[in-house]
Amino acid sequence: MIWDELRKITQARVGLQRSGHALSTKALLELEESHALARDSIGAEWDSLPLELALAQKKIPYLSLQSAVEGSRRTYLQRPDLGRKLQRESRSILESLKLEGQKPRMGVCVSNGLSSFSVQRHSLPLVLGIAEGARKLGIDLAPVFLVPNGRVALGDEIGQLASLQWMVMLIGERPGLSSADSLGIYLTYEPRIGRTDAERNCISNVRPPDGLGYSQALSRLFYLIAQAQKIGATGVILKDESSETPQLPE
Amino acid sequence: MNYRASVGKEQYSFVDLKEVLAKASPRRSADELAQIAAKSESERVAAKKVLADIPLRDFLRFPIIPGEEDDVTRLILDQHELAAFAPVASLTVGEFRDWLLSPSVQNDTLSALRRGLIPEMVAAVSKLMRNQDLVAVARKCEVITRFRNTIGLKGRLSVRLQPNHPTDHLQGIAASMLDGLLLGAGDAVIGVNPATDHPKNVRGILEFIEQVRLRYQIPTQSCVLSHVTTQIQLMREGAPVDLVFQSIGGTEGTNRSFGISLPMLREAREMALELKRFTLGSQVMYFETGQGSALSANAHHGVDAQTIEARAYAVAREFDPFLVNTVVGFIGPEYLYDGKQIIRAGLEDHFCGKLLGLPMGCDVCYTNHAEADGNDMDLLLLALGAAGCTYIMGVPGSDDIMLGYQSTGFHDALFLRNTLGLKPAPEFEQWLIQMGIFKTGTDLTEDKNPLLLDFFKNEASS
Repeated sequence: MIWDELRKITQARVGLQRSGHALSTKALLELEESHALARDSIGAEWDSLPLELALAQKKIPYLSLQSAVEGSRRTYLQRPDLGRKLQRESRSILESLKLEGQKPRMGVCVSNGLSSFSVQRHSLPLVLGIAEGARKLGIDLAPVFLVPNGRVALGDEIGQLASLQWMVMLIGERPGLSSADSLGIYLTYEPRIGRTDAERNCISNVRPPDGLGYSQALSRLFYLIAQAQKIGATGVILKDESSETPQLPE
Repeated sequence: MNYRASVGKEQYSFVDLKEVLAKASPRRSADELAQIAAKSESERVAAKKVLADIPLRDFLRFPIIPGEEDDVTRLILDQHELAAFAPVASLTVGEFRDWLLSPSVQNDTLSALRRGLIPEMVAAVSKLMRNQDLVAVARKCEVITRFRNTIGLKGRLSVRLQPNHPTDHLQGIAASMLDGLLLGAGDAVIGVNPATDHPKNVRGILEFIEQVRLRYQIPTQSCVLSHVTTQIQLMREGAPVDLVFQSIGGTEGTNRSFGISLPMLREAREMALELKRFTLGSQVMYFETGQGSALSANAHHGVDAQTIEARAYAVAREFDPFLVNTVVGFIGPEYLYDGKQIIRAGLEDHFCGKLLGLPMGCDVCYTNHAEADGNDMDLLLLALGAAGCTYIMGVPGSDDIMLGYQSTGFHDALFLRNTLGLKPAPEFEQWLIQMGIFKTGTDLTEDKNPLLLDFFKNEASS
């Protein structure tokens, strides 16, 4: 049948069985299953304990902070402005944390964003890969910041308070119907409050095995870091020529 | 100006028109995020009582965004025709609602009134209307547009075939196109949202759709929804551009955030007209809008999301569009929290667009982080069908794998056409029958091998 062939070339739900004009029971339930997975991923609170234990085991320091979203995921969804700010106490913690060191400092921030499943599944290997890559480049890493209910721009405030030169934000992306666990990586050079999204680079859809794999994502990240270092900026002015075949940095 | 009303034992006062409009709006997360929403249901109804007594002409006298600051305001005031306004010039907003609902007011009266109304008047009256009022008045309006077919006739419902693919893979796009055509979608437009805006990529998709359209002589038009500047470049280079698309907003700042200006849209339209690719009429523009875009652009001037949305329709009508649709639930819960808010906004936008004379369609849609599901969309779909909505979207299984949201599927369109007896555009209906896809205007032939599929199979094997 022609649809079996066509479904091999697209993930689109083409040629669905009908019952009258409606979807067949099977097609309807498949759709509802995908939606349920996406919904549960968004609604779920982030259990960061496994990540903390794993980081401790690898002797990678981390710091748990809170965004200004106090309370529920509902507040988080309706108030993106609160997700971009730190809660007052977390701010004081960062301010009192005197980060030493002369070398360029990089911060890695992990937040569940819109998909807790995504960071639960994908953040550890990425954090380890970034730590490894940073070590090779001689870039000091700040403690890994773990912040539930954050938005991408939260990294700007953290970067400003901790005087970081780089911020790598690992955040759960808005789940699509066929991608409940997709993770986004945002790279910002000199993260400071007021940066716009045009001043960052994004590596989207990290979600092995269906989406981008960890090593591909890390290669692209370090390619971007190398390029950004040359021009002293991230964002739209930085062309990601690596887009199709990411190369490992020399 | 001071506006006052009491509700229960409380007195409420509002400083200006835009505060009244914002606080009279149904509860909506966009306005709450902007911190301009009513703080209680009592304050909301107080604002509605105040609004009901405001004369329509006050919206002309006191622009809610000053014309010196905003070219959309200037456009709105330039468009206004006093003679057309005459029939309602003495009414208040509340009286205007009663007038619109009266049986003596029908399509001829409403179409004569279009240029007498400005978006703020229409947004204002919508805030006093129940959902059923928004349906009842919109269904009186008939807005007809033409390119290679005729859209918007009474008793018809068109569908945009939206065969998006995450990497713009042409075979992937073809698969979704075939699926849609076999289920009767595509009379409004075959319109692809490209994954990347590169001119070469956009041109490749345009040429592909053109090839299919010519091969099967489909009486429809195509569009690749890239930035207007890309389409201008492509028209200059001789690419087959039928409809010129652009997202637009209701303030100058919003449009700037989209990287567009009114002169740019004018230029694009003139170029598309010169191409003369249309056969039946010369409406060449396609616009999308959506509540909240001004807030995203930080260009809302303290005006509520729905009123700004209606102002975008003044921009749209300046360029005599073939299609306009609101993408109602696309952004997410920070603007429209749940199914209730999405349904309301969809009906408001359709009503306002129709009253202002637009061929208004609606992308009945939701994201996974909104408190909504297919059941909510079914209700909006039905209500819009009853309201005479010009067109809806058609996506395989309602799952847009490129944009990552749920719109309406080809099956939803079949359901709506069948349940309410709404036929496709007449030229497209004829084509569907010739190709063995539709039996009558609303029924599939149930032929396992319609002619069109045979064609495709032969092409694939040759």
